[in-house]
Amino acid sequence: MEKNLAEKTRIAPSPAMQRWKPPQELNILLVLVGIALIYEAMGWIFIGQSFLANTQRLTITILQVSVVGIIAVGVTQVIITSGIDLSAGSVVAMTAMIAASVAQSSEWTRALYPGFTDMPAIVPISVGIILGAIAGLINGALVAYARIPPFIATLGMMVAARGISKWYTKGQPISGLTDQFTFIGSGAWPVVVFIVVAIIFHVALKYTRYGKFTYAIGSNMQAARVSGINVEAHLVKVYAIAGMLAGLAGIVTAARAQTAQSGMGVNYELDAIAAAVIGGTSLAGGIGRITGTVIGVIILGVMSSGFTFLRVDAYYQEIVKGVIIVAAVTVDVYRNRRGRG
Amino acid sequence: MSDVTLADPTAEQALLLSAQGIRKEFPGVVALDGAQFNLRSGSVHAVMGENGAGKSTLMKILAGIYQPDAGSLHLKGKEVMLSTPLDALEKGVAMIHQELNLMASMTVAENIWIRREPRNAFGFIDHKKMNRITNDLLQRLRINVRADGEVRTLSVASRQMVEIAKAVSYDSEVLIMDEPTSALTDREVSHLFEIIRELRTEGKGVVYISHKMNEILEISDEISIFRDGKYISTHSASTISRDEIIRRMVGREVLQMFPKEDVELGDVLLSVKNLDLEGVFSNVSFDLRAGEILGMAGLIGSGRSNVAEALFGVTPPTSGEIRIAGQSVQIRKPSDAIAHGMAFLTEDRKETGCLLALDILENMQIAALQTRYTRSGFVQGGSVAVDCAEMARRLRIKMTGLNVSIQNLSGGNQQKVLIGRWLLTAPRILILDEPTKGIDVGAKAEIHGLVSSLAKSGAAVILISSELPEVLGMSDRVLVMHEGKVTGILPRSDATQVAVMELASR
Ligand SMILES: Nc1ncnc2c1ncn2[C@@H]1O[C@H](COP(=O)(O)OP(=O)(O)OP(=O)(O)O)[C@@H](O)[C@H]1O
Ligand SMILES: [Mg+2]
Repeated sequence: MEKNLAEKTRIAPSPAMQRWKPPQELNILLVLVGIALIYEAMGWIFIGQSFLANTQRLTITILQVSVVGIIAVGVTQVIITSGIDLSAGSVVAMTAMIAASVAQSSEWTRALYPGFTDMPAIVPISVGIILGAIAGLINGALVAYARIPPFIATLGMMVAARGISKWYTKGQPISGLTDQFTFIGSGAWPVVVFIVVAIIFHVALKYTRYGKFTYAIGSNMQAARVSGINVEAHLVKVYAIAGMLAGLAGIVTAARAQTAQSGMGVNYELDAIAAAVIGGTSLAGGIGRITGTVIGVIILGVMSSGFTFLRVDAYYQEIVKGVIIVAAVTVDVYRNRRGRG
Repeated sequence: MSDVTLADPTAEQALLLSAQGIRKEFPGVVALDGAQFNLRSGSVHAVMGENGAGKSTLMKILAGIYQPDAGSLHLKGKEVMLSTPLDALEKGVAMIHQELNLMASMTVAENIWIRREPRNAFGFIDHKKMNRITNDLLQRLRINVRADGEVRTLSVASRQMVEIAKAVSYDSEVLIMDEPTSALTDREVSHLFEIIRELRTEGKGVVYISHKMNEILEISDEISIFRDGKYISTHSASTISRDEIIRRMVGREVLQMFPKEDVELGDVLLSVKNLDLEGVFSNVSFDLRAGEILGMAGLIGSGRSNVAEALFGVTPPTSGEIRIAGQSVQIRKPSDAIAHGMAFLTEDRKETGCLLALDILENMQIAALQTRYTRSGFVQGGSVAVDCAEMARRLRIKMTGLNVSIQNLSGGNQQKVLIGRWLLTAPRILILDEPTKGIDVGAKAEIHGLVSSLAKSGAAVILISSELPEVLGMSDRVLVMHEGKVTGILPRSDATQVAVMELASR
């Protein structure tokens, strides 16, 4: 069999074998453009300003959602396996606190660990990422080996990690961080981190075995197992990566704020899930792409920045956000039902 | 169509269901075009055609699952619209689907009476009554399962019988059966036929789809043939020959059974000693040589699939020894088995086969990615796509492209994708559980050919099939099981239908 196949000259697959389909992100991209244009029009009508022709606003828009974006890249992968990760926001707070505690400058007189001040930035960064990975590892082990439903396992982690971040300093913020550390949060660096992370995992999901297995597990766990995928080990990997990215997000958050507080990252996990779902990731598993999630993240950013621009009350923002999330899930359910025929 | 004996058109008064000029299009595919179908009461009407001919699509239209793009439906002379499956049920059309649709964690009774459970005075489900009427139903149909047993504990065949009981319980005038026997052995098939004959005597109309020619000729009164979404002809079953049906179905000459090739047998590749799985099978021992095809026969519940699952690590055995090429190996999970060059096509393509959210390419490559087509974690997309395209061509998968979702394929074509999945791994030991389930007559011989050539190239094959002719035709030796025990291993020369049945029912 193999020989027969190998004997065939290696021709490119015939065009007939790959029927052209419009990119799946087209719809959601149009939604993004539509929202932006609505703001643009309303801007001219109500306050006589352009929404889009303002580079500073656009930069801030993206900057504000980069942290959620970094998390969403991990959460998307978890959702593709037909799981969920509710712990990301709390892990951000936990890693921000603990990383910041080893990123303090000696000029700061109330350093938490006076013996560990002025560390090179690599130390707090590694601490944050490793800590996030451990949290993810625990999530993954609970889901894969203890067979606890992902919702419950990560809910537990959500509560516990938030608790740790409060306990760590008894509620006190951690300030006086080194310039080397806060550099990662300065200027547009958070956006760069977000984009790099998105590209890495876009490639990983699309072109590597890791990605193919992730989709297969989400599509049919039993079939994936019989096809020789070590489902448990792979799930642990996916949750650990999500935790690692939450850890990275925690570092960026602390660096950007130049301080760490236990109340950081509240509801980030929900924004991340919303971004993934708006971007076309199916909660039923097996479907989803990082490009969609990135657009979903930008939609969230544009929405809130547009409301600020129009000086709309924050309450309305949340209401509209809620409506958009439900609309996205409705479309997802509808799409699934039609697909199944 | 003038040269054939058309079914008597004068029996107009007994017309139960009639569909005319049906057209159904899916994105990029015309599944049906100008299809017609007439079902008389008190008759069994077989629908035949190759994989992807449009049989299931037509039935789904009759059962209210799809809406036709054009054409009309009449039930007992009255034009009807069947907008949902529930609507169709209320108007008297029930359907048994090609894929099993039972809820594994619910009991047999709950599955059968779902959405119409008997209620007590307080409006709660009356479980006692439900179990009682289920037991009555099962007893009437002589189906041997417990009403209060969970479906997950049942074999695929028993689940199929539950589906049949469920469909019968609607007491509909029209009963559509889409490949009900693809998981059944001869004994259950004749049981099903008894049920069908009773329904026919009661004046019901039964639509019967199968790729098994013997069954069609035995049970049906009329046969309608479809090809590429088009209606070809309708015949009275007593006047048309097997060859004529096939000629009309495929529009070309085909081999019906692949001739067994003589293969020089090599060394023992797989050696199984005293394999046990507590409460399921015990003391299973056999040797398998390179180039050999070992058939496994037995009734439903005899444990054939369980042995296969144990060998592959799906449910690891409780004790016993497995040796591959002389080395004792531990297989605790499927990835271990694959690492040893094994491949396993499971019998339930929906539960353990298809990755329904994904496309054909992703479905076909997934097992091979364990051992081939990757370089430092990256999938070599070009070469795997070329090989998948070639595999699809050899298996004659009817599709519009490799990037089409597997859900959009017909049942038989999904099966071919799964066969392709395992052939792509270039296995040393190939275990096939009902490989030609749902595969049409034309493609069956080609799959047999592929398996034979794999054996010829030195692989060892275990072939489980509920179709005895397939087992007898393909195998060098036939292992027969009964109630979890091996009752005999017959060499090809002694493996006759009678000898095998004798061992299988002892
Ligand atoms: N939901 C769908 N979306 C797109 N195409 C579909 C869909 N369902 C069926 N098709 C296509 O319609 C054609 C007819 O399919 P159908 O399932 O009716 O075949 P069939 O005769 O039942 O074949 P089999 O013997 O393999 O079960 C096939 O080419 C199939 O790919
Ligand atoms: Mg079909």
